[in-house]
Amino acid sequence: MTDSDAAGRLVRPFALTGGRTRPSRADFTLITTVTAVDPPPTWGTRPQPEHQRILRRCAEPVAVAELAALLDLPVSVVVIMLCDLLEAGRITARPPHPVSCNPDLDLLQKVRDGLGRL
Amino acid sequence: MAGSDTVAPAAPDTVKILIAGGFGVGKTTMVGSVSEIAPLRTEERLTGAGVDVDDLAGIEEKSATTVALDFGRITIGQDLVLYLFGTPGQQRFWFMWNDLALGALGAVVLVDVRRPETSFAAIDFFERRKIPFVVGVNGFYGDHPYPPDEIREALALPEHVQVLLCDARERDSSRDVLIALIDQLIASAAGANGSGRLTGPGR
Repeated sequence: MTDSDAAGRLVRPFALTGGRTRPSRADFTLITTVTAVDPPPTWGTRPQPEHQRILRRCAEPVAVAELAALLDLPVSVVVIMLCDLLEAGRITARPPHPVSCNPDLDLLQKVRDGLGRL
Repeated sequence: MAGSDTVAPAAPDTVKILIAGGFGVGKTTMVGSVSEIAPLRTEERLTGAGVDVDDLAGIEEKSATTVALDFGRITIGQDLVLYLFGTPGQQRFWFMWNDLALGALGAVVLVDVRRPETSFAAIDFFERRKIPFVVGVNGFYGDHPYPPDEIREALALPEHVQVLLCDARERDSSRDVLIALIDQLIASAAGANGSGRLTGPGR
């Protein structure tokens, strides 16, 4: 079976990004959650195979770090491709909960309760 | 960020906690014992420079390195997911932790009593950056030859840093270390808000 996952490893990671080594936007963190837009926008071109692999993996919301691990690609490579997909309107991205020096008590209590249930 | 108005399955809010400490101290073991998924490994390119610094192409080459990260996930609820990241253990990467520490709720520094010096760099890192942390003393084979106070003294830890004896292989033990960290955060947040709200550790 010619699986795109197997084919992917034959390609040097940054060949997937057209040689780009830095993302066009800096706001994808390891725990930014990305979700494929369904149905995809009618405008725009058909995504490349590697972009398709990402879209299949994020039909349900998934964090950037998980996506990279599942695709067996470096985070930096995945982020560059996510930028393409975001700009093409194919995904949405949710940034992580902002953490300030004065943290949100309700959030902490939720985490506390969740851990207590483990 | 763009796109929050688009119709899509609701993405959860995400937070993270770092599991730090010297090489081989049990970071991935702890991640694995509380995570709902087998720990995943990914590669991240970390840079010594700030994330917002542009046009440092030449310099970046010198200060960037690729490190392997092990991480796990705990779904707190439908709308909130906690990620645990094991930080690179090699001391020479300590200055690379900045990127990882950004946006973390806090950290657990694991210590191996047989060679505590391997965790000094991690303790120093979080102290200097005022990132809240607790120290988890990982007893190998569940063995704890020293009481917490002796370990505190050996590590020259200030009073406010909690020292907990744990077994990173045990889910309950690892969970209790995470809960101690969150309780510490809740206590300091309640204090900072000036509301006098106190959450007992028994809750």
